Amino acid sequence: MIRKKLETVPSSLTQIKLIQEDLDAKIKPQLWDPKTMLSNLSIMEEKVHQLQELVQLIVSKSSINQSNEFLIQQQQLVTADLTSIIIQLISTAGSLLPNVKHPHFSPNPNPNPNTSDDNNSSDGNTHTTHKNKVSKIEDHSNETDHMDVHEEHDDDVDEGENLPPGSYEILQLEKDEILAPHTHFCVICGKGFKRDANLRMHMRGHGDEYKTAAALAKPHKDQGSEVKLIKRYSCPYIGCKRNKDHKKFQPLKTILCVKNHYKRTHCDKSYTCSRCNTKKFSVIADLKTHEKHCGRDRWICSCGTTFSRKDKLFGHIALFQGHTPAIPIEESKGGGTIGGHDHDVHDHNHNHDQDQDHGDNYNNNIQGSKEVGFFDFNFNSNGSGVDPNICFSPLNMESNTNKFQEFPRSLFEDSDNFSFLLSESCNYLWKNGGESSYKDL
Amino acid sequence: MKKQKCIREDAETKIKPFDFLSEEIVCSILDYLKSNPFDLKSFSLVSKSFYSIESCHRKTLKPFPRTSNDHRHDQLKKLLKRYPFLTRLDLSLCPRITDGCLSYITNSCGKTLKSIDLSRSKFFTHVGLSYLVSNCFNLVDIDLSNAIHLNDTAAAAVATCRSLERLCLTRCKSLTDIGIGCIAVGCSNLRVLSLKWCLGVSDLGVALIGVKCKQIRSLDLSHLLITEKCLPSLLKLQYLEDLTLEGCCGINDESLVSLKQGWTSLKTLNMSYCENVTHVGVSSLTSTATCLQTLNLSYGPIITLPFSESLQKFSQLQSIRLDGCQVTCSGLKGIGNWCVSLKEISLSKCLGVTDDGLSSIVMKHTDLRKLDITCCRKITQVSIAHVTKSCGSLVSLKMESCTLVPSEAFFLIGQNCHFLEELDLTDNDVDDEGLKFISKCSHLSVLKLGICLNISDDGLIYIGNGCQKLRELDLYRSIEITDTGISVVAHGCPSLEMMNVSYCENITDSSLISLSNCSNLNTLECRGCPRITSLGLRAIAIRCKQIIKLDIKKCFNVNDSGMIPLAQFSHNLRQINLSYSSVTDVGLLYLASLGCLQSMTVLHMEGLTPVGLAATLLGCGGLMKVKLQSSFRTLLPRLVIDHLESRGCVFHWRDKFFQAELDPKCWKLQAEDVE
Repeated sequence: MIRKKLETVPSSLTQIKLIQEDLDAKIKPQLWDPKTMLSNLSIMEEKVHQLQELVQLIVSKSSINQSNEFLIQQQQLVTADLTSIIIQLISTAGSLLPNVKHPHFSPNPNPNPNTSDDNNSSDGNTHTTHKNKVSKIEDHSNETDHMDVHEEHDDDVDEGENLPPGSYEILQLEKDEILAPHTHFCVICGKGFKRDANLRMHMRGHGDEYKTAAALAKPHKDQGSEVKLIKRYSCPYIGCKRNKDHKKFQPLKTILCVKNHYKRTHCDKSYTCSRCNTKKFSVIADLKTHEKHCGRDRWICSCGTTFSRKDKLFGHIALFQGHTPAIPIEESKGGGTIGGHDHDVHDHNHNHDQDQDHGDNYNNNIQGSKEVGFFDFNFNSNGSGVDPNICFSPLNMESNTNKFQEFPRSLFEDSDNFSFLLSESCNYLWKNGGESSYKDL
Repeated sequence: MKKQKCIREDAETKIKPFDFLSEEIVCSILDYLKSNPFDLKSFSLVSKSFYSIESCHRKTLKPFPRTSNDHRHDQLKKLLKRYPFLTRLDLSLCPRITDGCLSYITNSCGKTLKSIDLSRSKFFTHVGLSYLVSNCFNLVDIDLSNAIHLNDTAAAAVATCRSLERLCLTRCKSLTDIGIGCIAVGCSNLRVLSLKWCLGVSDLGVALIGVKCKQIRSLDLSHLLITEKCLPSLLKLQYLEDLTLEGCCGINDESLVSLKQGWTSLKTLNMSYCENVTHVGVSSLTSTATCLQTLNLSYGPIITLPFSESLQKFSQLQSIRLDGCQVTCSGLKGIGNWCVSLKEISLSKCLGVTDDGLSSIVMKHTDLRKLDITCCRKITQVSIAHVTKSCGSLVSLKMESCTLVPSEAFFLIGQNCHFLEELDLTDNDVDDEGLKFISKCSHLSVLKLGICLNISDDGLIYIGNGCQKLRELDLYRSIEITDTGISVVAHGCPSLEMMNVSYCENITDSSLISLSNCSNLNTLECRGCPRITSLGLRAIAIRCKQIIKLDIKKCFNVNDSGMIPLAQFSHNLRQINLSYSSVTDVGLLYLASLGCLQSMTVLHMEGLTPVGLAATLLGCGGLMKVKLQSSFRTLLPRLVIDHLESRGCVFHWRDKFFQAELDPKCWKLQAEDVE
């Protein structure tokens, strides 16, 4: 049974485990200095004693009537002391951290370094002869730049890292593995977990033998391995710059980077923002980040693309010929006298919502951008530069549509630039499209 | 019956001589007449054919409102109908252009219109502008200065005018980067752009102009809150010749030093009032802006020797302005050592200009055309001797308040500088003998002799006889002058346009009557001339129809009867100061019929009542600025004030007490003290 379960584990995973074991064998835990540890411990001991005395003092005096504030003061004092002790404890423990890096490895006996070397060279996954220079910040970041904000988007980027080729191991996970939701599987029932700790907790249910302290403890390994070799990851997508066969290969730092990179770059964007119905993401964290800012995109280009920052809008306009900044709706319509009209626009959008089932990407986007404009109205109502002198007249609307009609000339005159466009921007067709869809209604 | 026919034939033969002229000849005659609007008017009154030729020939029109309450713009409509081929329309005298008016203009001018000036109106919006640019699609020049109310939508409307080459947006304070961005993208042919005082525009908008408007020749960014961030993209403008960065406090030395690439095309650079730019920043420009011809560093860095030596690297420099800078003697000597020969130097109000420094400059730059040493109080005859000796081709010399220069020095000016056209001797020691020599400068067109206490009629007679091209004469507080001198000048210099005889207390009506001989007179200031009466004013009003600015403050004897001819004849009058005069409600009401009147100062007029004032103010439809005693603030009906303000009029409330004598801070008292 166990064997069977083991077989269900993706082969590449086992492969990678093998490699890592080999690696671990080579890596010696970073040497921690017992002397410093000792001195740290004694300092902490001293502090604990001091605190003890203080608390004793408080206890002895507590019989006497004391005001509430005084008690609170004492409490704060004690808390502060405790906090400093805890911090010291953590920092002391931190010096041991390198030893705890690969928790899901069973504590293996020290393998022979020589054999591991042999293993490496025979293993097709490692390339020790790179000609690449891993220095530049990678281009993919630009792409994500366009998609507004990514808090995690640093993951993909090896900021200024300049590792000489060959100084690090290259690992490559397969597609299935990258996309697998879980990385830790129960060998008995096959249930998957994201974290090893959860797996261990789960294992307790499979019998008493898993309940021992040894089994529950974080697996320690790496003892005895001497050299710490840096690990870097390669994307399995052939032709990708993050793929090890690429001429200008730039490795990814961690498994998380691999996952995010692969999803962002080579997967469909399946998460759609529920607010604007426009933006799509493949990493759920990106969606969440976007949703925080969605609707705040005050800066709109005539092509419909919205920006949360003015400088981004101007950068965009500088890049593309014929794109102009769009005047926010509330200004072009001149003040708040036209609330009813604005409502109309919104109603149109509503209809679009219903039409959307046909998968008309176009409408979808135009509608999205309009909606942003509508949001805008709300955001700006408290004041920036709305000219109260301008009254609404039918002409206003006309000039507005004029502006949109003005756009049918070829939007992307420099096709060179266009090729670089993010996949999303092709959805952002110009508002002219919106115009026609209006007429359809 | 036959007799009548004969008479008609006679009449026809009389007209004949003009009919012989071909249309081309008539048109070329018209071209010669262009300078004077009254000549053109007389021309068109000759005959119907002349009238129609003039109508078709006229390309530019600067209409002004004839009556003050022409709300439907009937006059303008008539004019536009009469002149169908206008290419330039200057509406700077029409402060009340509305959207409807603009749409009428666009329909009647259509595609022939190339240039329009809307710089004084506040009543049109983006709607009118979008009419304008969609119908007049050949427009190349739009002036929207002072349109504080225009927003980004208006800018977007302007941006649809693809052919635009010149755009002036001075003081359009409501514009932001978005509007400028629209213009930058839409009007890619722009050559001249002024964004002075557009405080809503930041680095982003300016940088976008650098990216999109490749044709820009001249760019004015004065007083914008821009920093070094926009400079790299401005560097990409390969045709940029004229850059104005006046008062850009965000630009500092580091931003200039960091510029790697240079403005090789730049010819004129104005960095005056850039308080954060010192000699370090400017020196760093020397290696990059190699073609620079004109440099303005007014109120900027200290001019020291190393700095002036580094400026020498501008090998094509012709003109430098260092107004209000602190200069050292060695710094000036450094300028004197430059290899280039400067044509213009301005050291106005510079601290530290000495004879030594100035002499070393003028001895080297002998080709100097213009020299401004206003308020360089340390210089003496030595400097003037060097200036006159070595700079024989001097055209303009301004030396106001060079008080150490003795009267003998002015002989030298008259003897050596025969090409002088502009001479400012305000507050100098010049006397009649000096004027005798100065009158040898027969090209003189601007002469300022204010506060020259030593000159009298004798000297002025020399000027009147010698300088026949004089257009501007300032005799402010030159108290010895009387009617005799004025009459000689008035008859000797018929092309006088500006005249100032303020506080020359001996002036009487006969001076004004003789001055009325100068039909081109447009500015007359005769403050504090108590002997002037309405009679003299009448002569001016009737004969000097081009009068634009009239100052009769403290002419106590001018009364209502002087206002009647003004109201009747001076249709060009834009600015009038009536303070302390004897004019009452009645006279003021007469003025209300002047459609052009924009500015009025009426302080301390005893005959003025709130009712009369309110009626006048309501009557003057074009008023933009009124100076009033603050007591009227409560006396005038609130509604009237509100109404006027909504029409675009600005009130200046003054709270000065009535002063019987002249200004207490007056120079005169000080002068008397010294004596």
